[in-house]
Amino acid sequence: MGDFDFGVIERSLGYLFKEGMTFTLTLTALAAVGGIFFGTLLAMMRLSSYKWLSLPATGYVNLMRSIPLLLVIFWFYFLVPYIGAWLIGAARPIKVGAFASSVITFMMFEAAYYSEIMRAGIQSISRGQVWAGYALGLNYWQSMKEIVLPQAFRNMLPILLTQTIILFQDTSLVYVLSITDFLGAASKIAQRDGRLVEMYIFAAIVYFIVSFGLSLLVKQLQKKIAIIR
Amino acid sequence: MNYHWNWGIFWEMSADGRHTWFMTLIMGLGWSLATAFCAGIIAISLGTALGVIRTTPYKWAVRLGNAYVELFRNIPLLVQLFLWFFVMPELLPKAMGTAIKQMSPPWASFVPAFIGLGLFTAARVSEQVRAGIQALPRGQAAAGTAMGLTLAQTYRYILLPMAFRIIMPPLTSETMNLIKNTSVALTIGLIELTAAARSMQEFTFQVFEAFTAATVIYIVVNLTVVNLMRWFEKSIAIPGFVGPQVAEGAH
Repeated sequence: MGDFDFGVIERSLGYLFKEGMTFTLTLTALAAVGGIFFGTLLAMMRLSSYKWLSLPATGYVNLMRSIPLLLVIFWFYFLVPYIGAWLIGAARPIKVGAFASSVITFMMFEAAYYSEIMRAGIQSISRGQVWAGYALGLNYWQSMKEIVLPQAFRNMLPILLTQTIILFQDTSLVYVLSITDFLGAASKIAQRDGRLVEMYIFAAIVYFIVSFGLSLLVKQLQKKIAIIR
Repeated sequence: MNYHWNWGIFWEMSADGRHTWFMTLIMGLGWSLATAFCAGIIAISLGTALGVIRTTPYKWAVRLGNAYVELFRNIPLLVQLFLWFFVMPELLPKAMGTAIKQMSPPWASFVPAFIGLGLFTAARVSEQVRAGIQALPRGQAAAGTAMGLTLAQTYRYILLPMAFRIIMPPLTSETMNLIKNTSVALTIGLIELTAAARSMQEFTFQVFEAFTAATVIYIVVNLTVVNLMRWFEKSIAIPGFVGPQVAEGAH
């Protein structure tokens, strides 16, 4: 005890936030947008009456939800180059950067979790509204886009945002790919200067402030957008 | 595609020269389950205690419980494990810190892993216990008081037995989260299932065989846990009681 140097934090603030936090936030944002998009598609597939649509979607979601995120990160890290090669017909696995690989991983993994939220959201809208849409002459996509999805998003917005806070915390796991996200940056400084205690406590405080702050905002929002019934 | 499949790899000798790769994965599974089991004991006992005090009439107890949950929910699990593994030994008195750091290999990562994971999961269990208790009609606690039970007796004989039955489904998914989360312990050096698959991939370059095997094992464990918990839920169910539903938490 006693020989800690918290000055190391101040000296590395630029690196920690400009490189690390920027990466973490970019990854979170891209994965959230992509995850919600694919998650909504998956939810619509799962609720479809066509078996060939609902079965693969159900299988995908259950598979993603039953294996750990770390294993998914490793899977995609090695699989994406092969899928890329197959898509463009190349003979060798293509080179995929760590950033692209982690964006794809988190997008596809979180899509499974977002799809469960969106499925509940779509189911919270009474069937009568869809029938009303059909009666007005709208087709499936129109009634989804104009009637069901806007309400489903509104109902589920707080839960979608809470899941995004979890996603923000989960992005720290890209550490296993030696990527310089916020935790990766803190870890690199910590190892270089032998300041593990200072850097990891600081990282914990920053993650706490961001996640806790966002969760307070979500609570505010929840009160504001609640539909009075 | 020029990937050479070799499913026989599981029966070849692993890098430690004593076990096959198949056994390496099974031993990894053993560490995953052991970590989940020890962490689960902490999570259930501490989580129940925290969930209970958050429903008591004592303001300070509710605040304390809420503070714990917010603290452990808003820091990534990986960072929490780093705190237990790297930071905790430095903050303890020197002799104790050194003793912790000098524990022999599996224990030096196993102990911080299950403590960290247990305390992390306790926050989530406490949310469910609280929700379970609050889902019961208020009259139940009042009836306990009217019968002359103390607060502790009301919880022990009336509220908790019902609350636990209500929260069995979310507790089931929490158990699976717990098992999946043990994989994070690979970052502090525990050779659990994901780490075993990773080392198999690093030594043999049979990426897809190793990860397929790990995936299949996780799925089998999941199905087993779900069925065990369902059987348990049925065997403790009270005939005729259809309790209120409690929402499940995310991963």
